[in-house]
Amino acid sequence: MNSMSSLLRKIPPGAVVGVVFFGAWEAIMRIRDSTEFLLPRPSSIAREVIRQWSGNDGTLSTAPLKTAGWNTGYVAVTGLVLGLLVGVLLALVVTRFRRIGGSLTPFAVAINATPIIALAPIFNNWFGITGNLSNQAIVMVVVFFPVFINTAKGLTEVHPDQLELMRSYGASDFTILRRVRIPNATPFFLTSLRLAAPLCVIAAIVAEYFGGPQDRLGPVITQNASFTRYASAWAAIVVASGIGLGLFGLALLTERFAMPWKRPAQMQ
Amino acid sequence: MTLDSSTPAVKVHAVSKTFNAGSSESVQALADVDLVVAPGEFVSLIGPSGCGKSTLLRLIADLLPTTSGSIEVFGKSAAQARIDQDYGMAFQSAGLFDWRKVAANIELPLELMDYSKAERSARSSEMLELVKLPDFGDHYPWQLSGGMQQRVAIARSLSFKPRLLLMDEPFGALDEMTREHMQNELLAITAELGTTVVFVTHSISESAFLSDRVVVLSPRPGQVHSIVDVPMGDRSDDTREEPEFFEKATEIREALRAVEVGL
Ligand SMILES: Nc1ncnc2c1ncn2[C@@H]1O[C@H](COP(=O)(O)OP(=O)(O)OP(=O)(O)O)[C@@H](O)[C@H]1O
Ligand SMILES: [Mg+2]
Repeated sequence: MNSMSSLLRKIPPGAVVGVVFFGAWEAIMRIRDSTEFLLPRPSSIAREVIRQWSGNDGTLSTAPLKTAGWNTGYVAVTGLVLGLLVGVLLALVVTRFRRIGGSLTPFAVAINATPIIALAPIFNNWFGITGNLSNQAIVMVVVFFPVFINTAKGLTEVHPDQLELMRSYGASDFTILRRVRIPNATPFFLTSLRLAAPLCVIAAIVAEYFGGPQDRLGPVITQNASFTRYASAWAAIVVASGIGLGLFGLALLTERFAMPWKRPAQMQ
Repeated sequence: MTLDSSTPAVKVHAVSKTFNAGSSESVQALADVDLVVAPGEFVSLIGPSGCGKSTLLRLIADLLPTTSGSIEVFGKSAAQARIDQDYGMAFQSAGLFDWRKVAANIELPLELMDYSKAERSARSSEMLELVKLPDFGDHYPWQLSGGMQQRVAIARSLSFKPRLLLMDEPFGALDEMTREHMQNELLAITAELGTTVVFVTHSISESAFLSDRVVVLSPRPGQVHSIVDVPMGDRSDDTREEPEFFEKATEIREALRAVEVGL
């Protein structure tokens, strides 16, 4: 009895919730003997994922999930990296030149307040719809803001005593940046990375809805859905959320790896 | 740098400090302060809360500009002394860097001063020994209690053996026993190195025990009200029980009472 309960305690609660959730979903759909018109069973979705992983059934000319997932993932990740770079660079500029910073921040806020996806048709005109550039640009713009705001906060919000201490050593602004501001901003940056990792997949797919090459998850979802092939559409959604989860996991790992000083309780 | 024993370690001449001068939030913190600290001397600043003790310390450290008057440290401008790393500082808050282990925190000033790796680790071990934390070099600050963190901060301020120490209530967060221990250690270290100390405190007995002279400041705007000489020679734990120590403490207490009522 005791060993049984200790075994149970080892199972992560998330796994339990997942099993119960999908089990209930499957069971309800079977009991209602639904036609799966609006919401397919998990088992049907899983079957579609496997069936369309590297080919399709030929009735629709959508790209195989492997190809579509790879392409969307590529756009999401490259857009993410661009957004991180721009966000961090801008945060450094704002920190270094407070006066420019003062005028830059409202600008960034204005960009954020714009529903960025509204720019998609315009970006398509600017960058063309035959390549990745337009969608990467959207992802970049979506990602950059949380990174910029968080990193700038970490770079500027240093304890005043710590700044006075550094100045008492005659440390230059650059030394203070390197030794204090950047390490101080690391947890802030990593938090924004955790936000941005799933965000970049969302942004990539929504951008794909507005145009661009067709061998992507976005078009695969819209095409399948418009032909009422909901299980196939859901299969593409599963791949998309898999990419999002993977990136989120990577962000968590980076956090753990990059901040060995963090007290365990503060770790997510 | 030529420094004969007649050059004061710190010379504060006719210094006033007004924050936010000219605005409606203008606050005069210090008015016409004069103070000379001799090399090797231990001087405490004591006075009512808000009288400008921390401000005076920051002015000496060139962390704030004076409004008027002049400050010299070892015969040069306060700014030059700061650039030359002539002084070490310790604050009320430990101000350790979360991302550095304890030893690395202590070694930070040494890194900035280009000490070799070997010298740095030798020095940080020595300092950890001194503040009675020899086994904690490899810990992160959050793994230490508040008092332990404060001791690390003191070790850090001493790590490069500066000629001048500027301390702002560094023992305020410590328990009584640790505090007395740290007081003994501070005196031993500064006596050995000939360090000059300017020490801000709220504690009458602490100022009497540590200091050669105690400067009593009047309420804001701070001015030097009186200076109590404490010519007790070398201090030890026995000093705390000697009649002379109590007499000095009483003298400081009376000076503080006098400034409170505006005499
Ligand atoms: N940066 C600042 N800007 C404006 N006013 C300040 C600033 N720093 C201090 N003051 C004001 O100057 C006065 C003296 O402050 P200071 O911190 O030097 O006092 P203190 O003697 O150290 O007090 P305590 O014993 O409570 O630490 C206070 O009235 C305070 O409000
Ligand atoms: Mg103070």
